[in-house]
Amino acid sequence: MTALAPADTKTTTELTTTATTIRDVPGTVDLDALYTGAGIEAILSGMDRELIGLVPVKTRIRDIAALLVVERARRTLGLQADPPSLHMSFTGNPGTGKTTVARRIAGILHGLGYIRRNHVVSVTRDDLVGQYIGHTAPKTKDVLKKAMGGVLFIDEAYYLYRPENERDYGQEALEILMQVMEENRDDLVVILAGYRDRMDTLYKSNPGLSSRIAHHIEFPDYSPDELLHIAEKMVETMQYRLDEDARSAMREYIEHRMRQPRFSNARSIRNALDRVRLRQASRLFAARGDAVDAITLQTLRAEDIRASRVFTQ
Amino acid sequence: MRITQGQFSFLPDLTDEEITMQVQYALDQGWIVAIEHTTDPHPRNAYWDMWGQPMFDLADAAGVMMELGDCRQANPNSYIKILAFDSNKGFESIRMSFLVNRPAEEPGFELVRAEAAGRQLNYTIRSYATAQPAETRYR
Repeated sequence: MTALAPADTKTTTELTTTATTIRDVPGTVDLDALYTGAGIEAILSGMDRELIGLVPVKTRIRDIAALLVVERARRTLGLQADPPSLHMSFTGNPGTGKTTVARRIAGILHGLGYIRRNHVVSVTRDDLVGQYIGHTAPKTKDVLKKAMGGVLFIDEAYYLYRPENERDYGQEALEILMQVMEENRDDLVVILAGYRDRMDTLYKSNPGLSSRIAHHIEFPDYSPDELLHIAEKMVETMQYRLDEDARSAMREYIEHRMRQPRFSNARSIRNALDRVRLRQASRLFAARGDAVDAITLQTLRAEDIRASRVFTQ
Repeated sequence: MRITQGQFSFLPDLTDEEITMQVQYALDQGWIVAIEHTTDPHPRNAYWDMWGQPMFDLADAAGVMMELGDCRQANPNSYIKILAFDSNKGFESIRMSFLVNRPAEEPGFELVRAEAAGRQLNYTIRSYATAQPAETRYR
């Protein structure tokens, strides 16, 4: 947050200039103008608004934004400005928003002017690894070529390394990937995502891969408050609404569900909401003699949520 | 003898930046870009070798440039051209084709005379380069 607060640059403006604005001083660059001019603040605050929680992720993206602005300033003054390496690794528990963030990050990096195209190519092991000798390299290269200029997102990247089979072609795909990550740093941002422990195994087996990735970002689990917030957002996008009782029921539901096994953060919430919608539909259908208005069709009631198995277990 | 062929043949050889821009134009039109190479400079040589397959679903020229780099490394002393195929109905043909690589030395063509019946003479051209087997040309 603080890294890019416009207030900082304003104080420097006041310190360095009295009568003129900073823009007019020769040999200086107005960081604030670069920052607001590129619409970066709009992009970042949009991210803050739409993604709930995820503080480490947001901090890192703000840092990257700051770096890109400074790079641009350096270039204006004729200083050396190498574009930074932005390959990333997203690790975290199921449902912590790795895929969601990866899909958004192309938009953010494109808005920041780091990548040329606003597109994400999302692949898994199947898209990279071939079935017989000599099949893997062209397949991996094809995917890399398609992703050029944008973001290549490799979901469940740990599947690329199969320690139980030493002749596995995943290794070959990884080697090509590493080579391109190094050589085409300006053309491509590679994001690997996966569960923490399994990704650690992958990195341990490939120290070169780990060191080529500049940003290792850990996605924390959501707090109950954040999950409730997420639930409300999801309900809103589905054009439903929770009434007051349903809200507190949802809160209780989240607390119960978090203590149960196989809890997968936002994904569990999404599934729960899908089931709540089912129950609401059957409730409305049971009383189908009555006329229904838009409000009734939109409202999820506490009883829809409390009928969940989670409360009885 | 400097061989010219296809688009931009009246210009000096394109730089990599210029090639990138041309390729990007083709991709922005939704055309499919392919790379081909040959060591036979004859103007009627229609059978060039494909470098990999035509590249479908590309968004950015960097992918093509990566392949071009590989092709140049494997065939430094060859003619390499970039093609853009338009699959739209009504066109369904090559819309762009230009040379992006040429051998360091191009020996040119010999005029060959063949005596026919009577005092008739038939003329043809034959590249000095093709006198050698394909692998040993332009050494």
